[in-house]
Amino acid sequence: MKDNLFAGLTPVSRKEFVHLSRDRATVFFALAIPVLQLILFGFAIDTNVRQVPTAVLDSSRTQESRRLIESFANSDVFDIRYAAASEEDLYEHFRAGKVKAGIRIPPDYARLIQEGRQATVQLLADGSDSTITSQTVATAGGIALQESLRRLLGAQARPPVEVRPAVLYNPGLRSPNFFVPGLVAIMMQLMVIMLTAFSIVRERERGTLDQMWLTPVAPLGLMVGKIIPYGVLAYFELSVVLAIMRYVFQVPVHGSLALLYLLSLPFVLTVMGVALLISTRAQTQAEAFQMAMGTLLPSVFLSGYIFLIENMPAGFQAISWFIPATYYIAIVRGIVLRGAGLAELWPQACALVLMGCLSVLLASRAFVRTRG
Amino acid sequence: MEPVITADRLTIRFGAFTAVGEVSLSVGRGEIFGFLGPNGSGKTTFIKALCGLIPIHSGQGSILGLDVRTRVREIKHHIGYMSQKFGLYEDLTVQENLDFYGSVYGLTSAALAARKRELIEFTSLGPYLNRHAQRLSGGWKQRLALACALIHSPEVVFLDEPTAGIDPVARRALWDLLFTLSGQGVTFFVTTHYMDEAERCSRAGYIYLSRLIAIGSIDELRRMPEANPPGATRLELRMEHSSAALAIVRRLPYIHESTIFGRSVHVLIEEASIPRLAGDLAASGITAAIQPAEVSLEDIFVTLTNRIASEASK
Repeated sequence: MKDNLFAGLTPVSRKEFVHLSRDRATVFFALAIPVLQLILFGFAIDTNVRQVPTAVLDSSRTQESRRLIESFANSDVFDIRYAAASEEDLYEHFRAGKVKAGIRIPPDYARLIQEGRQATVQLLADGSDSTITSQTVATAGGIALQESLRRLLGAQARPPVEVRPAVLYNPGLRSPNFFVPGLVAIMMQLMVIMLTAFSIVRERERGTLDQMWLTPVAPLGLMVGKIIPYGVLAYFELSVVLAIMRYVFQVPVHGSLALLYLLSLPFVLTVMGVALLISTRAQTQAEAFQMAMGTLLPSVFLSGYIFLIENMPAGFQAISWFIPATYYIAIVRGIVLRGAGLAELWPQACALVLMGCLSVLLASRAFVRTRG
Repeated sequence: MEPVITADRLTIRFGAFTAVGEVSLSVGRGEIFGFLGPNGSGKTTFIKALCGLIPIHSGQGSILGLDVRTRVREIKHHIGYMSQKFGLYEDLTVQENLDFYGSVYGLTSAALAARKRELIEFTSLGPYLNRHAQRLSGGWKQRLALACALIHSPEVVFLDEPTAGIDPVARRALWDLLFTLSGQGVTFFVTTHYMDEAERCSRAGYIYLSRLIAIGSIDELRRMPEANPPGATRLELRMEHSSAALAIVRRLPYIHESTIFGRSVHVLIEEASIPRLAGDLAASGITAAIQPAEVSLEDIFVTLTNRIASEASK
């Protein structure tokens, strides 16, 4: 019989499938954990500011001041919960963490308006949450402007200029639409790297790897034989996660699912390569775990998954170009949210294919070298 | 005898450290060759180099006439290997472990089925076929590991401390299997710490500080001049409190070596001083029955080791 470059591929991958079918903990880790994370993150992360608890100190106590408070209450942003009795009382609500916003209407509010002079209403915002601050300040400004125009032009008049927002792709401005597609990428990366690296390092720990090298199994045969089952598992997980995204979070897929599956391949190959490189270095599963976590952090924070790449300092932006998840997240979001096709996504696709080739190549080289 | 394993001044280095230094040996077909030495002396490294896993720095190694530097791929089909760790997949059954190793060697399903039948009968693994390897006792794991190492009918089998941590009954059972196979022409290269196992081997070598310091049949080793210094002889002193007596015996200037075997102390003594021995012992309150002792492999290796250690310290 001949020993080719990929000798042992079939028996190794068949054996790996048997391992997978026996190893309940791993399968649980591979499927249940991502699903749990997805549901947890999907429901918990909501960056939209709604119903901010608010206290009002109305020192005017007039029809005008009540009208203003009503406008605040009618916006979805403010939830008027407390009427403060005094200035001290208002601040006490902030200190106690009961409110994140406060509205202070001065005693002369109604009088100044009636005299046609400028009345000043103060908005207090808890600056510890910058999103809430900016959102409440903007909304309050809008309310003030509306109120002013109504006074100046009379109740029936229409303002001469109106801006009507039309939000594309995510009209409800729902956070899951933004986070869940990114989470798909992060979960895939975590699962593929951990499982693939573990499966090899475990054999090193137990001495079966040494045994394997004494058989005609070729390094590439072992490598590819290991990759195939975990690749299949990765695609299975992708499908589960996409199904949850679609049916639990109601995020519709606007683009081609086939394209998404196709472009997932270079990403899976890239992270597999990383996993294999980890497996050639790590002597124990604990070491492999640490290294896998090391790759995860930049992928979470610098890939545009949480923070917009455009808002990062130039140095971090440059780092993000070398993170595979950056491109894959852009692809998933593009296909799922915007219905983008290859015509728009080819730069990211090319980058991923390039990374995939490089990563697999480096991994194979390291694998053939460190064999013993 | 046709040489099956040969090494000629085989040297392995890791950086500046010489793990195996100029080891030459030759093992013939059907032999059971015992490779002995303390931990870290280079036994496993030597085996790995012969299997082509570790590059050879200088010298030659060959298996079945195939150079280990260039013909590793062919060699792999003719060698089996069983380590102390057994190399079994714990979550696979006995059957699945055999199937995996069989398919890795490219056996056709018919050939694999036939070979499995032979090995299962040979190792008596029949009742355990569907048991997961992790649920086998040490002795049965070892039999399974041996069966896996033999699945492709190798002509040469390396056993690296195959009986470490195995009970004596299972050890003897394994050796019975090895003798049967060696009778069929299979060559074994066995590393071990157990001297009783070494004495079962047809020949043995002793490696110390990366160098092979003794090699030969067990009888040849027993007759080695280094182990039997001129003018000295080995005696057995049977006594009541052997451990207490050992310290006293060691203080006698004409005793070169001493070690305890149960209720007796074995010594290497200058022949000229033998008449003084009983008197000196009695002076220390020890009564001992003195009789000649046969030199054991352990005596030989201890003598050789001490000699090299004292030469090194000079």
